[in-house]
Amino acid sequence: MTLDTESLKLIQDSAREWLAETCPVSRFRALRDSQGVVTGNELWEGLVELGWQGLMVPEEQGGSGLGMVAMGLILEQLGRNLAPLPLLSTGVIAVSALTLCQHTDISRDALAKIAGGDLRVALACDDGHHHQAGKTTTTAVRTDGGWLLSGSKQSVADAASADAFLISAEIEAGKPAGLFLVDAHRVRVEPRHLVDCRDHGAIGFADILVPHEALLAAADPADCLVAQVLDHARIGMAVEMLGCAWGAFEMTLEYLKLREQFGQLIGSFQALQHRAAKMYVDLELARSVVDAALVAVDNKDPDLPAIASRAKALVGETLVLVTNEAIQLHGGIGMTDEYDAGLFLKRARVCEHLYGNCAFHRDRFAAARGF
Amino acid sequence: MTAETTAFRTQVRQWLEDNCPPSMRTPMPEGEYPWGGRDPEFPNPDTKLWLERMAARGWTAPMWPKAYGGAGLSPEQARVLDEELTRINARPPLFSFGYWMLGPVLLEFGTEEQKRRFLPPIARGEIRWCQGYSEPGAGSDLASLKTRASREGDDFVINGSKIWTSEADKSDWIFCLVRTDFEAPKHRGISFLLFDLASPGVEVQPIKLISGASNFCQTFLDNVRVPVGNLVGQLNGGWEIAKRLLQYERQNVAAAGFGADFSRNLWDLAAAYSPHPEGRIEADLRARIADQVMHSEAIQCLVARMEAETSGQSASVLASVLKIAAAKTNQQRGELAIEAMGGAGLGWSGEHFASHEVNEVKAWLRGKGNSIEGGTSEINLNIIAKRVLGLPDPA
Repeated sequence: MTLDTESLKLIQDSAREWLAETCPVSRFRALRDSQGVVTGNELWEGLVELGWQGLMVPEEQGGSGLGMVAMGLILEQLGRNLAPLPLLSTGVIAVSALTLCQHTDISRDALAKIAGGDLRVALACDDGHHHQAGKTTTTAVRTDGGWLLSGSKQSVADAASADAFLISAEIEAGKPAGLFLVDAHRVRVEPRHLVDCRDHGAIGFADILVPHEALLAAADPADCLVAQVLDHARIGMAVEMLGCAWGAFEMTLEYLKLREQFGQLIGSFQALQHRAAKMYVDLELARSVVDAALVAVDNKDPDLPAIASRAKALVGETLVLVTNEAIQLHGGIGMTDEYDAGLFLKRARVCEHLYGNCAFHRDRFAAARGF
Repeated sequence: MTAETTAFRTQVRQWLEDNCPPSMRTPMPEGEYPWGGRDPEFPNPDTKLWLERMAARGWTAPMWPKAYGGAGLSPEQARVLDEELTRINARPPLFSFGYWMLGPVLLEFGTEEQKRRFLPPIARGEIRWCQGYSEPGAGSDLASLKTRASREGDDFVINGSKIWTSEADKSDWIFCLVRTDFEAPKHRGISFLLFDLASPGVEVQPIKLISGASNFCQTFLDNVRVPVGNLVGQLNGGWEIAKRLLQYERQNVAAAGFGADFSRNLWDLAAAYSPHPEGRIEADLRARIADQVMHSEAIQCLVARMEAETSGQSASVLASVLKIAAAKTNQQRGELAIEAMGGAGLGWSGEHFASHEVNEVKAWLRGKGNSIEGGTSEINLNIIAKRVLGLPDPA
């Protein structure tokens, strides 16, 4: 279902309002200070009340049946506020996997649980320090009783709060990996305390037996579900990153208009004005490719792989620039933990890594364009 | 879609089928740009035919009133006409600074007499106009212009020089910013004058660029007499008109120039000139080309956003963004293209260099002007900083 401009504006406004009230950056900071690593469990119920985790779940399973364009409006606001909520993992990545796959009782049931706020899912696809797309050493061996899965995954976002994992595993050498929906209690979860103080972890499992139906098959056998899901993840991550970039940019702009040195507001110095304006140009270009990517998801654009890589790479480049500039343009206080600039920088760097960094996606984009 | 619009579309489609020459439905080479003028050249006779037919219907200026040579179409109808022309890949019948820039300004600020005198020849492509704005001493600071216009009886007498006048050596008339008051604050002493380049005292010299020949000229004005009736708007009220015209220029440049593909041929060039087997592109170069291509596509996405934008203010803000981004990305193309070609990308002339190789060198050089012409990138950054980001002026 696609929405008209007014309905989209309503979603955007309600996202902005709820986050300003419930989870401004100061809320994240408070949770970080008291907990060290923030899972965001306290905030989950509030999100569920708004039904956002089920925004993209089909109506038949109790969701709103909306598309990526609508979800993007919420994700962007989340990014802007550094809100520690697993909306991308559950509401976009898992829902994409469960709607793009061949529909089974398992997939429909999982979607219904997500719509009800009763299931949180995290994607586990990276073997090592660097994202290698669908390639993995995790193995899945078919037996009469089910699939035997063995392996370990790194960089699992939202690991500790997950009720289930989407695990990529190699079924047959040389063929695309399969995607398995596995209950969280079946695997060993090790939290990882990263610079952004969010919920990250590694998981490990040796010879665990999961039902045959745990394998989510691509709707079209010619497709690779893992690849499709990853592109949705990248685009969802890109729009959250765009929001993060805007959050960092706006706080910087505010500072330029407040801070006085040499009898002037520092925002009146042309050098700083030009740096700010250059960032604005980059932000508008980033928004343009993100907008196009969100639409491409909803339109099932066959060019989605290139479009997804383009969005992730360009937004990544911009986010890294803006968050670094945020520190520099704040001067000394930008270096203090007390100031939010550091929070944006740290979150930015983790986002840049997830689902493929700029270099990965430049390479993938070039390949998608035939070179 | 109303019944009337549908009927109109049917008419248009039929007329185009009957009247748009087949060669006018093919891509337009640079030598066949339809500039018109008093003494026009038409290497392809169909260009002349197409211009005359479209002008006779007023479709060279679809939304202008019929009294001024237009067709008096509504915006809806003009859109239909545009769609039908696009549908058959029809070339624009007329390229005209007069239509793009002067016309809208005359419609807004000109007297009835001026509109009837100047607009129909513009619409028919009979008079070719150029723009006299910049001076050697007045570029980004245009308002500091010093070309003097002194009142003598029924004439203004003009002395000074204009620079970067595009196509002046091929144009018939010029719309020119002159200073009519040297005592007033600089913005308040400027007037907007129209005159014939064939007038005594006008000398036009083409400017050679680092990239070779260009369409830019320097125009020297030595006691040129211009009737006072050629003053558009108020005496000393020319700055407002100038600003308005720049707005129209920006919109049209955006519409025309930014359809361009800023990565055209880049991959193919890199593969063709690669020292590696099977055209494999060196990893470092490949990554930089990928970055340029992504930015080029991002600009296309931005243009699409601008076209969907209903608020005029947002569109004009994005125009500055677009100008900065397009200049940078086009310049990057130039650098990457000659880098990819290695030694073959350094030729200036001679039989040892293919013409496409020399063209890439010239394009690289010409591209350096993109961040300067039509508003420098620095000025556009200033515009963004002040008008979009609200950053303060020095105390």
